[in-house]
Amino acid sequence: MRWLRRNLVVIFGLGTLAYMILPNVVVTVFSFNNPAGRFNYAWQEFSLDAWKDPCGVADLCGSLSLSLQIAVWATIGATVLGTAIAFALVRYRFRARGAVNSLIFLPMAMPEIVMAASLLALFLNMGIQLGFWTILIAHVMFCLSFVVAAVKARVLSMDPRLEEAARDLYAGPVQTFARVTLPIAAPGIAAGALLSFALSFDDFIITNFNSGNTVTFPMFVWGSAQRGTPVQINVIGTAMFVIAVLVVLVGQTVGNRRKNAQPK
Amino acid sequence: MTDKTAGGDVRLAGISKHYGSFTAVHPLDLTIPQGSFFALLGASGCGKTTTLRMIAGLEEPSTGTVSLGDSEVTHLPPYKRPVNTVFQSYALFPHLNIYENVAFGLRRRGIKSVKKQVDDMLELVELGQFAQRKPHQLSGGQQQRVAVARALINHPQVLLLDEPLGALDLKLRRQMQLELKRIQTEVGITFVHVTHDQEEAMTMADTVAVMNGGRVEQLGAPAELYENPKTTFVANFLGTSNLIEAEVLEAGGSDVTVSSAGATLRLPAARCSTTPKAGGKLLVGVRPEKMSLVHADEEDTVAAGRNKVRGTIAASSFIGVSTQYVIDSPVCPELEVYVQNIERDARLAPGAEVVLHWNPEHTFGLDAAQDIDAGIETVEEGA
Repeated sequence: MRWLRRNLVVIFGLGTLAYMILPNVVVTVFSFNNPAGRFNYAWQEFSLDAWKDPCGVADLCGSLSLSLQIAVWATIGATVLGTAIAFALVRYRFRARGAVNSLIFLPMAMPEIVMAASLLALFLNMGIQLGFWTILIAHVMFCLSFVVAAVKARVLSMDPRLEEAARDLYAGPVQTFARVTLPIAAPGIAAGALLSFALSFDDFIITNFNSGNTVTFPMFVWGSAQRGTPVQINVIGTAMFVIAVLVVLVGQTVGNRRKNAQPK
Repeated sequence: MTDKTAGGDVRLAGISKHYGSFTAVHPLDLTIPQGSFFALLGASGCGKTTTLRMIAGLEEPSTGTVSLGDSEVTHLPPYKRPVNTVFQSYALFPHLNIYENVAFGLRRRGIKSVKKQVDDMLELVELGQFAQRKPHQLSGGQQQRVAVARALINHPQVLLLDEPLGALDLKLRRQMQLELKRIQTEVGITFVHVTHDQEEAMTMADTVAVMNGGRVEQLGAPAELYENPKTTFVANFLGTSNLIEAEVLEAGGSDVTVSSAGATLRLPAARCSTTPKAGGKLLVGVRPEKMSLVHADEEDTVAAGRNKVRGTIAASSFIGVSTQYVIDSPVCPELEVYVQNIERDARLAPGAEVVLHWNPEHTFGLDAAQDIDAGIETVEEGA
């Protein structure tokens, strides 16, 4: 009993961790499967076939590359626009500032499916050809609010005296922004950008409505799940998981090293 | 080191600052001599920081001009002024290490070889071995020295210090006061120091301007301000003053004679900030440490010609070098007296009847039309 009481926190922690990691483990394990039929739902035998030929399924790598392109451009667009909006909202007092402040978070609050349908209606009414560009426009829109939220928090917590100090030390407006404001806001901007990339890359609902004949990676997975799930999907998923974990690890190592860089 | 200090005086001519209908600084004329250590002293909200920011260029004056030496800089942006600031809570750049923080001003002016200057400057503030650290890895006192180094390395004509020691604990603050004074003497640059701590201002500055409600109440050397306050605010804000309301019996000669609650007191006419007229009112002031205290039984021992008032000890507190008494007297309900602990008289305990006496030369006179308590609460707030 006493042992249980003392280790309760650890047990809960491990339990939660297992809950989060288990799905990823399943994805990874099944990427080494050699399924009997078209569906990769039952363990058969160990095989490296899918890893050796990740593009072996028709259209898979095409959709993957499209998704990556859209994610990159949506991230750039949303980050640039969102950072500018965040600075404007924090630094300037203008008419309708309050309204913009709440409107910007509307995409976060709105049910995605509703937004998807409305966007489709908008694009159709304007006579815009559905495809790469409509997907990109939609993604920039819903990523924007996340960037604004992340950057705004960072800019709000920034001491305005730092910029005054820069101006006092012979930095003109451009230099002050480039040398002080931007570097200090950078973690917020980076957080917004990473979030945008992740959201854009695996968005399905809005993309599905507004893509026309274009097929992104999430749509490809959905489509193939109707007819059978190729192991290559698990391979791509596992690879993405590994890359994400590596990025986080590298980031933390660099951060720690910088923090501990104290010459004795 | 002092190659660019031949800049001349800082001159403020009629500068004022309004925010909407609120006037932070009333039109103000001030000349700060080159190479001096000048303190702007006042409670929070008195306009001292606004005045400093107008010199720095971070705030544009509503009226008036700011001149450095022969050139007018009123409308120059801060990055074009030969003036640098040590900010309250330092405002060190958190993303740059100490070396880059100090080099910032030089680099922005396009100076390529900064290493020697930065090393020398870090040596001056004794932080050479911390060059590669980030600001948050330094203690408050060290950060403060970095802030000074970052400003001084640019050889400004004027160094502005905005409550630079406010965030430090008392002991460190004392130490940094001496340190700043040493640096100022060494580099010979004009320092303008904003503070709410009267002791700090008096310890460090050659000249102190006491500000209150957006105006300069009085300006002068610390000893001059302390000995000869011209207003009740200055009398109460700088140290402690006993102010006694009195009626003028006789004026016109070199001495003024006044009476308060039956006690007749004298003071030099030269030490009155107003012209006393017989029959008029006057506030008579004397500092607590100028007074002596004897038990009422020994009234005879008091030399003739000294000002005398009677009273009862209301409270006493022993603080080592001295004992502070609060005396309830007919002339004033709470007279403060500080007595050096040379020979302690055991009879001087609360409740004892006593006689206070002091040299009439140590008495000053103030216009009775002012608020007698001006400057008292603000001191407590600032402490």
